[in-house]
Amino acid sequence: MWTKPAILAAFLTIAIASEAEVAHTDSIVLSGVEVVATKPNADILPVQTLTGDELQRLNSNSVADALRYFAGVQVKDYGGVGGIKTVNIRSMGTNHTGVVYDGVELGNAQNGQIDLGQFSLDNIETISLHNGQRSRILQPASDFGSAGTIYMRTRVPQFKDGETYHARGTIRCGSFDLINPSALVELKLSPAVNASLSAEWVNSSGKYKFRYRRVNPAGELAYDTTAVRQNGDINATRLELNVNGLLANGEWHAKFYNYNSERGVPGAIVNNVWRRGERIWDTNSFAQASTTLSWGRYTMLNSIKYASYRTHYVNNDDKQIKVDNLYRQKELYISTANRFTLSDRIAVSVASDFKWNRLDADMYGFAQPDRISAMLAVAGEMDFGRFKAQASALGTIIHDSMDGQQAPPDKHVLTPAVYASYHPFHDRGLSLRAFYKRSFRMPTFNDLYYADMGNSQLQPEYVTQYNLGLLYDKKRRGLVNCLRFSADIYYNKVRDKIIAYPKGQQFRWTMLNLGRVEIRGIDLTALLTLNPADRLFITFRAQYTYQRAIDVTNPADNYYRDQIPYIPRNSGAAVVNAQWRDWSFNYSYIYVGERYNQQENIRYNYTQPWYTSDISLSRDFLFGNLRARVLLEVNNLLSQDYDVILNYPMPKRNYRLCVSVEI
Amino acid sequence: MNSTFRFFIIFLPLLTLTTGCRDDELVVPTEYDIIPDTPVADSQIRGFYLLNEGNMGSNKCTLDYMDFPTGLYARNLYAERNPTVVKELGDVGNDIGIYGSRLYIVVNCSHKVEVLDARSGIRLGQVDIPNCRYVRFHRGKAYVSSYVGPVLIDPDAPKGAVYEVDTLTLSVTRKCTVGYQPEEMEVVDDYMYVANSGGYRAPDYDNTVSVIQMIDFKQVQQIPVGINLHRLKKDRYNKLWVTSRGDYQYRPSRLYVMQKKPGYNQMIVTDTIPVACSNMAFFGDSLYYYATVWNNYTASNTISYGIIDLRSKKVVSDNFITDGSQNDIVMPYGIAIHPETGDIYITDAKNYVSSGTLYCYDRFGRRKWSVRTGDIPAHIAFLPRSVYGK
Repeated sequence: MWTKPAILAAFLTIAIASEAEVAHTDSIVLSGVEVVATKPNADILPVQTLTGDELQRLNSNSVADALRYFAGVQVKDYGGVGGIKTVNIRSMGTNHTGVVYDGVELGNAQNGQIDLGQFSLDNIETISLHNGQRSRILQPASDFGSAGTIYMRTRVPQFKDGETYHARGTIRCGSFDLINPSALVELKLSPAVNASLSAEWVNSSGKYKFRYRRVNPAGELAYDTTAVRQNGDINATRLELNVNGLLANGEWHAKFYNYNSERGVPGAIVNNVWRRGERIWDTNSFAQASTTLSWGRYTMLNSIKYASYRTHYVNNDDKQIKVDNLYRQKELYISTANRFTLSDRIAVSVASDFKWNRLDADMYGFAQPDRISAMLAVAGEMDFGRFKAQASALGTIIHDSMDGQQAPPDKHVLTPAVYASYHPFHDRGLSLRAFYKRSFRMPTFNDLYYADMGNSQLQPEYVTQYNLGLLYDKKRRGLVNCLRFSADIYYNKVRDKIIAYPKGQQFRWTMLNLGRVEIRGIDLTALLTLNPADRLFITFRAQYTYQRAIDVTNPADNYYRDQIPYIPRNSGAAVVNAQWRDWSFNYSYIYVGERYNQQENIRYNYTQPWYTSDISLSRDFLFGNLRARVLLEVNNLLSQDYDVILNYPMPKRNYRLCVSVEI
Repeated sequence: MNSTFRFFIIFLPLLTLTTGCRDDELVVPTEYDIIPDTPVADSQIRGFYLLNEGNMGSNKCTLDYMDFPTGLYARNLYAERNPTVVKELGDVGNDIGIYGSRLYIVVNCSHKVEVLDARSGIRLGQVDIPNCRYVRFHRGKAYVSSYVGPVLIDPDAPKGAVYEVDTLTLSVTRKCTVGYQPEEMEVVDDYMYVANSGGYRAPDYDNTVSVIQMIDFKQVQQIPVGINLHRLKKDRYNKLWVTSRGDYQYRPSRLYVMQKKPGYNQMIVTDTIPVACSNMAFFGDSLYYYATVWNNYTASNTISYGIIDLRSKKVVSDNFITDGSQNDIVMPYGIAIHPETGDIYITDAKNYVSSGTLYCYDRFGRRKWSVRTGDIPAHIAFLPRSVYGK
């Protein structure tokens, strides 16, 4: 009977947090076409970015959908608009993925997983994926912590002379009875202060047809059944207020965020069970603020955040155990980061974070833990023109306490990282890069204290990464407008991996630091923009990932050296985008190769590859000051019937229409 | 420029070429292994079925069959024998039993009892019973315990029930509300005894055995025995052996013996045997049991394999595996004994999410053979030769 509470624990308590980002937007608007400069040379570490218009055209419902276009990423998708979506970077596990929203890391101390399905793309301007860490030394200490980080940045108002406001209204509707209106208002309050208010409502029945079909080896049809996915409905609102200001020697940002949702949990489709009765209500709110101040060679970045996440889980299925649990998490986060420029070539930084987490659960046997994390990061960077290097060390102390119970001893962890890049030629197009990084993840509150299953003796789980790569990046006028190619090979080791281990009689589990995984992989990305005629741009984007991620825990296991579950050896994506005058056409193809749905690589656990083609067509209109866009999407064009996760069928062909008007 | 174009022309198709394509999803095929065992001459036992539970949500409940005369072990035969059943056997098998020429499979999370022809494994029908747990047979009827009772007095804490199923029509004929989350049951002298666990009510476990009078199918008594009851088996002397799972924390697992009070038609607890017991099987006057106890300090399981004498109720051996091979068994999960040869079958569920192993020991505790099974091998039903009419 493990699965009920465990799955719950793993999936239900998905929270949102966030904060203010210091960098200015890198995008500039040129003749109606947004051209994005990703400052490629600024990043020593591998980084992949999707921006603005590109995101809008990629047939993505959420941030998780967009991440499928990045190399080295596997998205776990339980299907539908409200289905949970989590991200695993380079097979190291979801809990090693940091997610930073406008400058501050999103947290979930209960299960360590962020449901990226909850993040709408409506007001997100940039999503970038950094392997290792972001190659920047002025950042909060927690940004040095994760094995890989996703940065999401909301749109920052940019006013031309004489403009005092922008407004945008968008409505999306389509399959699954989706209605998704949103509004964005940007105001210039004074020459130094602007604000943006973004609001969104999503409502969907989550109903879609799916099909299971089997043939026997002789080719005769065994069964072929089509059913409608039930209990996948969602009703959610998001409200976000951002205020940005300029100071004499810096800037400040403040954000208020509120997300409210009621969702059905569609659950696994198994024999004789076609609908379930689980529901989740989430209320996630946070406020965060940050300032960046410079005095000559000294720059300081201070951030603060308070977050409160409430999750209410109910199982109404009268065939199963009745569950009605309320989980409340609180988080307080304070960070200061300081950079000193010692010379033109050398800079150092010190960052210090303090974080407090608390979880209240009204569930029998769940401890009420408090966690205090203190982090201190020291980093340095050298820039000798063609050769650049950065190094950082992060020290973390974690102290847990519980009401009336003995808490486990404090954890002290030191994790270093070193990275370097080199331009072998005078022409700065080609660069070579390498990094080494150690990182860890703390056992979550569920791992440690979940009723009966948790094990308070758990130690952190460690990851060591080695990466070698090259990047070629060239922009020029002419037919080939932009060419970018990157290749990285990597070797990662996960040790003391926290896994569920059977204990005692019958079906009971505990968590132990038992697993070991070795990951060898190759990430390839390529981007080419052609400008064959005036106002015609054709962009090709492709990524390919090879991963051999094997379980090396114990030679006695019958899955020793087998590929770990749900990691394909081959996966990739390709996108072709054509823009001509006001028209834009997008074709995207995603391929995920064969996988195994359990540890053992045997016939019974084999999961077929899936590949989907999505297309979209959009047209921009200009009526005086009013800009409008109509976008039509067809997803899963060939109507493939596939499961990303076993027994969680994905939708067949589906449609979406999006109309937006902007002043 | 030409070269960049060429690069993309190569790169894009390469994506599809390096990678496989999607085929039709095939019916999961049966796999066969040859078992190095000599069949017993004139045996009344043709073979046995082994039910693999499969992890919850995986829909990987599978059925294996060992055929003694041919020495063939067939792994996962349900889907191949019944290819038209949508989503196969189902999610989390929980019990298996043969009555007459039919095989009954209780599939807990698919809320059904699947009925097959015991010779061929071909499906005859199903009975929908919510959250069903165990099946027993008595006078032409199948009895199935279920966590969900028919009348929801308190909808937040529904009592369990025993469903009576007519084996000819495969329909539910009667229901009897019992204690909380009932598990195993047995019939002695036309009274059915049902072990109630109360597993959904932790820490307020149930601690009773329900007594059902079969003639009117009514619960007549609830006998307090121990908390979180699970196994309930009848030996050759009509004594009941009942296990308590304890609370996994302070109160350990225990084995209780129930017997009729002399001169009365009423069962009472006569003995508490101070051993933990996860499951048991009888052979002759011996009760073979195993127990898995988790030790928080060493973070490991302590596994014991013991024998209890049915008459003296004393532990006569604390390890019936005599060749030292017990350390190969990671997580014992099921036990059965061949009624003629005394061969002991122990299933190993390992980590619950990978293939298990079935081990066969002879009656002296020496390993004879082992074979790979499905996920969480757990329940064994011997197939009598009589179903073939010979």
